[in-house]
Amino acid sequence: MSSIIRVNNLSKIFKDTIAVDDLSFTVNEGDVYGFLGQNGAGKSTTIRMLLSLVAPSGGEINIFDQKLSSHRSDILRRVGAVIEKPDLYKYLSAYDNLSIFARMSGMKITRDLLMKQLQMVGLADRASSKVRTFSQGMKQRLGIAVALVHNPALIILDEPTNGLDPQGIADMRNLILKLSREMGKTVLISSHLLSEIEVIANRMIIIHKGKKMVEGVVADLLDPAHTMIQLETHNDVAAKEKLNQTKWASFLQKDKPLQLMMNREDVPQLINDLVAMDVQMLSVNSSHSLENYFLSLTTVPGYVEPFAN
Amino acid sequence: MLNLLQIELFKISRRPRTYIAFAAIAAIVFIFQFAFKADGQSYMNLMLQSVKDTFEFERVRAINGYFMCYIILNTLLIQVPILVALIAADSISGEANMGTLRLLISKPISRTQLILVKFAAATIFTILLLLWMAITSLVFSLMIFGADDMLIFRSKGDESQILLITKDDVMWRYMAAFAYATVALTVIAALSLFLSIFAENSIGPIIATVCIVIVCTIISNINVPIIDKNVKPFLFTSYLVGWKGFFYIATTDEGVPIKGSIENWPSIRNSLLILLAHIGLLVAASVIVFKKKDILS
Repeated sequence: MSSIIRVNNLSKIFKDTIAVDDLSFTVNEGDVYGFLGQNGAGKSTTIRMLLSLVAPSGGEINIFDQKLSSHRSDILRRVGAVIEKPDLYKYLSAYDNLSIFARMSGMKITRDLLMKQLQMVGLADRASSKVRTFSQGMKQRLGIAVALVHNPALIILDEPTNGLDPQGIADMRNLILKLSREMGKTVLISSHLLSEIEVIANRMIIIHKGKKMVEGVVADLLDPAHTMIQLETHNDVAAKEKLNQTKWASFLQKDKPLQLMMNREDVPQLINDLVAMDVQMLSVNSSHSLENYFLSLTTVPGYVEPFAN
Repeated sequence: MLNLLQIELFKISRRPRTYIAFAAIAAIVFIFQFAFKADGQSYMNLMLQSVKDTFEFERVRAINGYFMCYIILNTLLIQVPILVALIAADSISGEANMGTLRLLISKPISRTQLILVKFAAATIFTILLLLWMAITSLVFSLMIFGADDMLIFRSKGDESQILLITKDDVMWRYMAAFAYATVALTVIAALSLFLSIFAENSIGPIIATVCIVIVCTIISNINVPIIDKNVKPFLFTSYLVGWKGFFYIATTDEGVPIKGSIENWPSIRNSLLILLAHIGLLVAASVIVFKKKDILS
């Protein structure tokens, strides 16, 4: 499988703020690649660099095996993007907006083609309506139509479900899956929600403060073997000492009172062993390590090193 | 490029604010024409007061279409920069404000192309604005007041001067004057475009353009030798009203106007070259700055 995007040691410094720090990742052909990070993690800056809106301070971006810095036009002709809000010309109709951006992408347009595109996003009956009369969801769909009108091989979507209602979010997910599975497009999608990425992406990266934290296949990263178990007992220190004498010692997390990284299927055995050791249990909570890890990034100062064992 | 220019002109044509400038010009011209039709003689008496004993001219004939156009241009060409700034200052900042700039830049067009197309569209808007001025102030005035020989009142140092241009010698001067005004106003368009790059809404660059024009115009009108020599030659505002030069007809030693002549063509030519240099510098600066700009809007 060939790579569509190759980013090597990318960095961006705004005055004295490091927005992206030595970031490297690869998006393969046909991937739905999740770009995950909390607000301000550097997702949008990275995406803006991929679209040449922002100049990198260092590093290299290759898209379609060409350097972005020297083949910008050739590359962007094959890329469609929705960057943050799908802002369009509010004083023009949906049809005119689509027509303008199709022509800018260097394609010859026909009315049939544009109407087909509007039909795909459910806006054919509003083709002549001014965009200023559209809801956020309709603008988002028109933004997607603009991104797809020139039939790009790579689609970049920056937080595409922002501001959408639950039905709009479901529609957007279905559309992304359709683009990937039925039309063979490569999709890079950014989000600050793991739940959103895990249902549509096959590969993902988590970035934090501009740095790569994790990258890999979503199924592997969400493997049940990486479940975080949080125990609560009458005496956590004593319980931890007891566990340290058993086979569970290697699963215990350092610097945490009673946390174990282990396979979810082994939890009943752990509980049996604890009961056998006369540990008085108050609660057992499990969460996936990736989720736990991501939440720790977004809610708790500092974070637990993932997969430490 | 042509495709992009068509798109840009289409966008400008669909914005209501574009027509404000045309409506404003039509309104001002109409007010002038109405006022002169109603009581032009009072104005003419005032202007000819100082020379009534030495200058022989039928005052009724003096108020004609050519004269009206000259009076209107004298007033309007000071305000028109604001109208040009209204569109040109919106070129980049307006796109940034709407959020469409990032979409434009992510298309396979270079930033240089984008700036050049924006500048070309602003120039075309300026030309159309001046054409509209020509139609309303010259063509309509000729229709309302008729054509006749044209009087020009001129202040030359401490002296006042009245020049007479025969009616068959006027039209080419207007064509030249409008062409010159196009170049002069294109400097304003280029300045607005340049300022537009730094802002994320169009109000800032419009106000900045107007402030720069006002400040530079004031400096251009200060009569202090050190400013005359070291500052004025470099200010574009010193050349904005250079179009008047086409109406300063050369005279013989006896003071008889020479048909088809211009008193100081080298001065007009130099003014034009300086204005063109300003345009070149401002557009080049716009391209350089915009190419390096991170689009964060």
